[in-house]
Amino acid sequence: MGRTIIDKIWDVHVVKSVTDEVDMLYIDRHFIHEVTSPQAFSGLKEKGLNVLRPERVTAVADHNVPTKNQHLPIENELSKKQVDTLLSNCKDHSIELFGIGHEKNGIVHVVGPENGLTQPGMTIVCGDSHTSTHGAFGAIAFGIGTSQVEQVLASQCLLLSRPKTMKVEVNGKLGAGVGAKDVVLYIISKLGTEGATGHFVEYAGDVFSNFSMEERMTVCNMSIEMGARGGLVGIDDTTINYVIERATISTEKQEFWKTLNSDSDAKYDQTITFQAEEIHPMVTTGTSPDTGVDIMETVSSSVRNSKKGLDYMGLKNDQPMLGTKIDYVFIGSCTNSRIEDLRAVAGIVEGHRKPEGVTVWIVPGSNKVKDQAIDEGLDKIFLEAGFEFREPGCSACLAMNDDKIPSGALCISTSNRNFEGRQGDGARTVLASPITAAASAIKGKITDPRTYLN
Amino acid sequence: MDKIISTAIVLDRDNIDTDQIIPAKFLKSTNKEGFGDWLFYNWRYDENDNSKDDFEFLKYQKESKILIAGNNFGCGSSREHAAWAIADYGIEVVISSQFADIFKGNALNNGIVPITVSEACLKALMQYFEREKSCPIEIDIEEQTLMVDAKDIFINVQFDIDPLKKKFILTGMTEIEYLVQHQEDVINFEKTHEL
Repeated sequence: MGRTIIDKIWDVHVVKSVTDEVDMLYIDRHFIHEVTSPQAFSGLKEKGLNVLRPERVTAVADHNVPTKNQHLPIENELSKKQVDTLLSNCKDHSIELFGIGHEKNGIVHVVGPENGLTQPGMTIVCGDSHTSTHGAFGAIAFGIGTSQVEQVLASQCLLLSRPKTMKVEVNGKLGAGVGAKDVVLYIISKLGTEGATGHFVEYAGDVFSNFSMEERMTVCNMSIEMGARGGLVGIDDTTINYVIERATISTEKQEFWKTLNSDSDAKYDQTITFQAEEIHPMVTTGTSPDTGVDIMETVSSSVRNSKKGLDYMGLKNDQPMLGTKIDYVFIGSCTNSRIEDLRAVAGIVEGHRKPEGVTVWIVPGSNKVKDQAIDEGLDKIFLEAGFEFREPGCSACLAMNDDKIPSGALCISTSNRNFEGRQGDGARTVLASPITAAASAIKGKITDPRTYLN
Repeated sequence: MDKIISTAIVLDRDNIDTDQIIPAKFLKSTNKEGFGDWLFYNWRYDENDNSKDDFEFLKYQKESKILIAGNNFGCGSSREHAAWAIADYGIEVVISSQFADIFKGNALNNGIVPITVSEACLKALMQYFEREKSCPIEIDIEEQTLMVDAKDIFINVQFDIDPLKKKFILTGMTEIEYLVQHQEDVINFEKTHEL
């Protein structure tokens, strides 16, 4: 019987099977950041333990950093302490750090791939649930808690139950104006926030094969929002070409990577198939990422809304989403802050200007993305549209820094979560693709991006 | 810890995400202390930090060690601060019909036992304990049983827990201790591991 890519990667990382359920799994790459690592390092210190393989660990400051004036000291004392603690922990344990201002600094899930640290066939962890992003490379990548961060630092291993597998196939051709974000919001709306719990998902079919690496990252990023432990795409020329531009890889290794792909007769615990033509630009309606609807539909076309969620959002069941007034636009986060996202946004907004009363923040995923955008003149397009082009960080995705949406305000956001209070106490979030957010920004209301396509 | 006998708190909401359990504004700490004060903060307190008396959670006995919550508990962010908040508040067991994977791992690493029951069983427990705020539930970890034996209800169900994780809960051994004890296996593994 054939095996899936998930089983193949898992099996070559098993140090030992401990029980019928649990394996001791080796971790190839460990990313850490300032928010979920300090208690792990103090745990090591209390136990008198060292970091076993510092060369397998890479640190960034991203969750809690300001996106303005990064050359100045952080004003918030607690944030500063967290970032300083990361700095001293990395120094004490010889861990490579891309701190604030470093040319490679940015959001951890943007930085890893763009610097060639994320590679096919790897096991990759980080104390952040969106670590599933790295699955785009054909890797087993998943978020972990701080106790597990400490475990990986000390032992390079974790004790994990064997994964169940799910194949999500999307075949056919996407329509104009429909992108990776719409695809993943659609899948989540069908599966529900718990639809893939316990599973690693392989995304397969025409749509994912045709996607660029950045589009694959957007999809894999949101695997956690359907409850999946992780999500990945098989390894092909798109994958390998992206990696070899950023890292030196022997041809033997490239050939080996291809052998990791799922066998044609591989057996999955579950298989679900969708048709690309059924997918339209998506917007969420409630306080859970599975409440996405076709932008042309009313709120009630989501079966996953609760009265509590709609009350929080200030939306009614029979209301169309199109035309809903917005106050803020956030284009950023580990889901959609890469150069292709910014290019797509610029393509929509060029020559337009946002209305007064709408605030638009574009927060690039990394310094490299920011510099590239400036090289291409995208920053000027944003500025002329009345948008703020910021410095990199997680920003208003989770609003740990000053980038908070005020209570009651509605924000159309390219991030990944619309939970109550996620973007600030009382803030209301509508999740959408970069071009839907861009079109909505220049109209001041939720707008079909296809209006702006040639 | 092999038996927990306690009254319960019912939170009949599905998909309680870790942003609700502990909002991001409380993640700036560099230690693990005091998170119980911020548990469900935005549900417990209004924007002026005044207690919201209509939050159902507050209508139960503060000393309860068992939380009965809706389906897909702990979804969203991997923040272990959610488990620290629950443990620091004094809760030792969470019962639901499904747990998000990362939360489940975090709970076990903090001595919190996540117990998965059927939807029907969860519904029965919720209905009963919404009324009976002083009735105890008995959890036996060794036997893997959840029992309620009161005048108008009898529930006795088995629950699953991985034998290794069960051993850790019962003996107080931690996963990191286990992993560090097996360091030689890791070093041997690395000799042939190519990636």
